[in-house]
Amino acid sequence: MPSILQSQTFPLPYLYRMLQSIIFLLLLVAAFGFFAWQVRKIRANILVGRDRDMSGNVGERFKKTMLVAFGQQKMFKRLTPALLHLIVYVGFLVINIEVIEIVVDGLFGNYFGFHRSLSFLGPLYDALMATNEILGALVIVAVIAFWWRRNRTQPVRRLTGVELRAWPRLDANIILYVEVILMVALFTMNTADLKLHQLRGEDLPGTFPISSMLTGLFPASESALHVLERVGWWAHIVGILLFLNYLPSSKHFHIIITFPNVWFSRLVPQGQFSNVESITHEVKAMMDPSYVVPPAPTAPDGSALAPTSFGAKDVEDLPWTNLLNAYSCTECGRCTSVCPANLTGKLLSPRKIIMDTRDRVEEKYNSPLIFRPNVYGAEAKHEPITDLANATLLRGKVTPEELWACTTCNACVESCPVNINPLESIIEMRRFLVLEESAAPNSLNVMFSNIENNGAPWAFSPSDRFNWADDLFAAEKPAATAVA
Amino acid sequence: MSPTTPAAGEKRQINVPVMADLAARNESPEILFWVGCAGAFDDRYKRVTRAFVRILEHVGTKYAVLGLEESCTGDPAKRAGNEFLFQMQAMQNITTMNGYGIKKIVTACPHCFNTIKNEYPALGGDYEVIHHSTYLQQLINEGKVGVSGGESFKGRRITFHDSCYLGRANNIYEAPRDVLAALDADLVEMKRSRANGLCCGAGGAQMWKDAEPGKKEINIERTEEALATLSGQAAALANLGGVETETSAPGPHDLQGSIIAVSCPFCLTMMSDGVKNKEQESRVQVFDLAELVASAEGINA
Repeated sequence: MPSILQSQTFPLPYLYRMLQSIIFLLLLVAAFGFFAWQVRKIRANILVGRDRDMSGNVGERFKKTMLVAFGQQKMFKRLTPALLHLIVYVGFLVINIEVIEIVVDGLFGNYFGFHRSLSFLGPLYDALMATNEILGALVIVAVIAFWWRRNRTQPVRRLTGVELRAWPRLDANIILYVEVILMVALFTMNTADLKLHQLRGEDLPGTFPISSMLTGLFPASESALHVLERVGWWAHIVGILLFLNYLPSSKHFHIIITFPNVWFSRLVPQGQFSNVESITHEVKAMMDPSYVVPPAPTAPDGSALAPTSFGAKDVEDLPWTNLLNAYSCTECGRCTSVCPANLTGKLLSPRKIIMDTRDRVEEKYNSPLIFRPNVYGAEAKHEPITDLANATLLRGKVTPEELWACTTCNACVESCPVNINPLESIIEMRRFLVLEESAAPNSLNVMFSNIENNGAPWAFSPSDRFNWADDLFAAEKPAATAVA
Repeated sequence: MSPTTPAAGEKRQINVPVMADLAARNESPEILFWVGCAGAFDDRYKRVTRAFVRILEHVGTKYAVLGLEESCTGDPAKRAGNEFLFQMQAMQNITTMNGYGIKKIVTACPHCFNTIKNEYPALGGDYEVIHHSTYLQQLINEGKVGVSGGESFKGRRITFHDSCYLGRANNIYEAPRDVLAALDADLVEMKRSRANGLCCGAGGAQMWKDAEPGKKEINIERTEEALATLSGQAAALANLGGVETETSAPGPHDLQGSIIAVSCPFCLTMMSDGVKNKEQESRVQVFDLAELVASAEGINA
């Protein structure tokens, strides 16, 4: 490591290194600042949803987050994609330790003329570099496998569908390409650095099992190697910072938002649907005239809030957790692939409803940098939408035909690796159709009136309800005593 | 129970105890048997209700039913989005049951079970709610039901179709399987079972409406899987959609005498319709757990 004094005797390289440090600092501040600004917009979008208290149960929530988000528990229902995903996930976590080093090197190393600041770790550094290199190679293999599953003539079924064309399809591939580019940059940097040291007869700290095999492919010129090392270094870190700022426009945002999403999972049995409290007050008042309906909630300044509708017509009618869900979706399609309605050719695709929700909230409120919402046509039995601004989530994107095909079987909820609940959005929109528009299919209206009139969903006379017990006989048999 | 124990095999008429009568005598039952609308009105499913009552009588449980005072839990209304109607129904039932001081409820219908157990508490109805699969499992474990003395199921192939509202909705997967295991039959699992079970197609108020346009009815998809599993046609099971965990297909088997076991009135209807659609009703039967237990116990008359 050349000393600072030494550096100062060579003004030009000194200037060159100082420039690198300053540019790096500016880049880092700009990237994180810009990312924070984008995340704030997403946060604002999520908070347009209806209030729902998800506080408490910290222990249970922590456990769920560790198992489902950090531990990827639900991914392991399908082994092949789970293993491929695990490689990329662990690669992301471990290789990012090296990013710490890159940041330190970039801020101070460039200036003071050192790099590989973590090399003081000694054998641990050797292990870290070796792990990084092996994971890096495995990530490339996994990403190629992912690309193949998605882009071959007959892709994995769940990676197809009306909602998975145009931007979502391109987005998925961009993520894969960027991951390969980042790994290639990492290997370029390591290989060039390694060869540079070899040429100088110096020892590079760290163990590089992959790069040491690649040195033969690199030129034996110190200046060329220096350039390659710098190109690799800058490409890796600039790539990461650009990718960071791509996330808010992409489904890949899941790498961050999965954690809060799982944390705020519903903790009640999946069969328990939400209660509509405003209706409870109405019903109680009907049954008991002395019941005092509590005053409606007011805005923080004490003014009355606009009356809300029953159910959901648009994104702001959904609980905020459903909007958080929408931002957590990786569009993997496990929900749609297990949906009985979708499996038998109906229009319903739980993934589409989640993606439509994100598209809609981004269309109506804060849009991301790259915004290409899905546009559906005849294949989704959609009327051409002329007035985009007023095309609400319901009907503008999600058709009643999709909603009425749901059997509420919870297969989508069960299958989601990040605990998204498409069923809740479906029910909220059904509530709007029934309670605000009386737009249920006619046969369901008949069922409703049967329940109202007969206390049963079928048209039977309530006086026949106990007829099943007529002429009921049993063969007598002494009750068994406990098994000896 | 009658004071003098009659000889085995003798027919005895059951007068199902009604809650109003018990209350008039100042008595309270150990359990309230919630019959449900299908249990009360559906001709096929009434046989399940009657089988379950025979079991309750047989083990000497002190039970009662609401009779004419029972009304729809509101489940189909709630799933269809009619929250107002649901809450009207729920409040009415809660008023009735709280009036009688009901503490413990057993029901054979997973939809009633889920609604009363999970959705009534927010409206003032707090009860211990047990699905009959769990209740039957307890009776078998306690030795109160020996699952013997009647029809033998030994060697007959049975596959259990998970009800969504029992399984994924409430995490009850083992109780019905434990009940079936007591039958000493040849139990085979469908590929899509337990948490990956495929819906019969009737949930979410689908029971009362036509399906949306598509290429197949859901109950046909499910019945085909059940039949292929029972007959061990590995080829038919190779390309099922929505399989999350691969299980090995069971060996080939004659379909004759096979059984699709269910634990839900709507599944019973959908699977029976599916078997008829596939013209296999002379070979494959669809039964509820309670019917199988009552048959094995030999208490049907």
